Amino acid sequence: MTPDLWSIAAFTFTMAAAATLLMLPPGIALAWVFARRQFPGRTALETLVLLPLVIPPVATGLILLRLFGRRGIFGRVLESAGVEIIFTWKAVILAMVVMGLPLLVRAARSAFEQVDRRYEQIAATLGAGPFRIFFTVTFPLARRGVLAGALLAFSRALGEFGATILVAGSIPGSTRTIAAGIYRYTEIGNDAAANSLMLVSIMIAFGALWFSNRLAQS
Amino acid sequence: MSFSLTLDFTLRQGEFSVEIHETVEGRAVALYGPSGAGKTTVLEAVAGLRRPERGRIAVGESTLFGSEGGVNVPARQRRMGYIRQEVALFPHMNVHRNVTYGAHGAPPEALDRVLAVLDLKPLIERRVDQLSGGEQKRTAIARALMAGPQMLLLDEPLSALDVAMHQRVLQYLVRVRDEFQIPMLYVSHRADEVRALADWVVRLDAGRVMAAGIPDKILDRA
Repeated sequence: MTPDLWSIAAFTFTMAAAATLLMLPPGIALAWVFARRQFPGRTALETLVLLPLVIPPVATGLILLRLFGRRGIFGRVLESAGVEIIFTWKAVILAMVVMGLPLLVRAARSAFEQVDRRYEQIAATLGAGPFRIFFTVTFPLARRGVLAGALLAFSRALGEFGATILVAGSIPGSTRTIAAGIYRYTEIGNDAAANSLMLVSIMIAFGALWFSNRLAQS
Repeated sequence: MSFSLTLDFTLRQGEFSVEIHETVEGRAVALYGPSGAGKTTVLEAVAGLRRPERGRIAVGESTLFGSEGGVNVPARQRRMGYIRQEVALFPHMNVHRNVTYGAHGAPPEALDRVLAVLDLKPLIERRVDQLSGGEQKRTAIARALMAGPQMLLLDEPLSALDVAMHQRVLQYLVRVRDEFQIPMLYVSHRADEVRALADWVVRLDAGRVMAAGIPDKILDRA
């Protein structure tokens, strides 16, 4: 492993970790809403959140490009505020969040659904409001499932390629992730570098998935 | 302490419905009847966990639910110490954290008193999965008491206990009734429990009140 390859691995790990941390608050909130609340449009919202799981990642990337590009709805607003997203490290995180979120939401939703509502009802009769019930009863009882989902989302973010390549490209030292690096090195015939990155990605993802499975089974 | 509880409501659950029009007074009132009579449904409506279609639920002059005035006090504001059949202790908390969960600003002596009456002091640091059935029931009673309830709602709290444990926990309930003087609404299908605890009985069957009166009168007729 050359310093360049270590730098790509460290960058990818950092971006995936940051993306996972960023998706936790909305992911947990959405999962709880889907598990515990009924409201018009719930199925449509849930389908929208889960859509990146089933559509081609490059299509997700294209949607993000249209939304966050200079002419996009969000891109124009961000540009006027001096924030540039596309082809920067921020776009790498954006793509990872959008691609990882559905996995977190699905796992966390299932974890919240498994929490017996009797505990929440008892907490209410003891004077606890919805926030206290969530933070002292529901979330602690669902935490293993939520953490397993977060690790799954982290693994997904780590291997993200299709959406990332469209919104962030593969700029050496700036936006090149492990997946983009493997593609690039294979393309130019640098098999040693491609194989090294492949091994690193397998090791990190294996560790995260193993831990996620352990949590889900315990 | 005697209390007055107005139960005047209709509540539907699919094919089954509970229709009750009763104002009960006493220190400990039992809802007595066979399984499926609607006893738990009534208790859950009083606790604020089920919403009746129409009617009124009130403790004294204080309305907890009133369809006419659009009143429905949330469960967390009703101050009902609800003890379920399956005690539902928080499994991720030890006995101390369970017991003090609803004890907002209660003085330390209040905790000491509750723990002493229910003989829970030696168990205070235990995890709840290390407790016997009887100890779990006592912990649930202590947890409800520490929240400062205006009434205790007990849903078959002695179910799933062997004969010896049943008698022991029943004695604890009698102690709680006498020591704390908190009105009790007690659900049971067992005459011996009702006789030991209640001074007024409402006999329910198929969601309707069949009879109400002092235990001797109602239980002898049942």
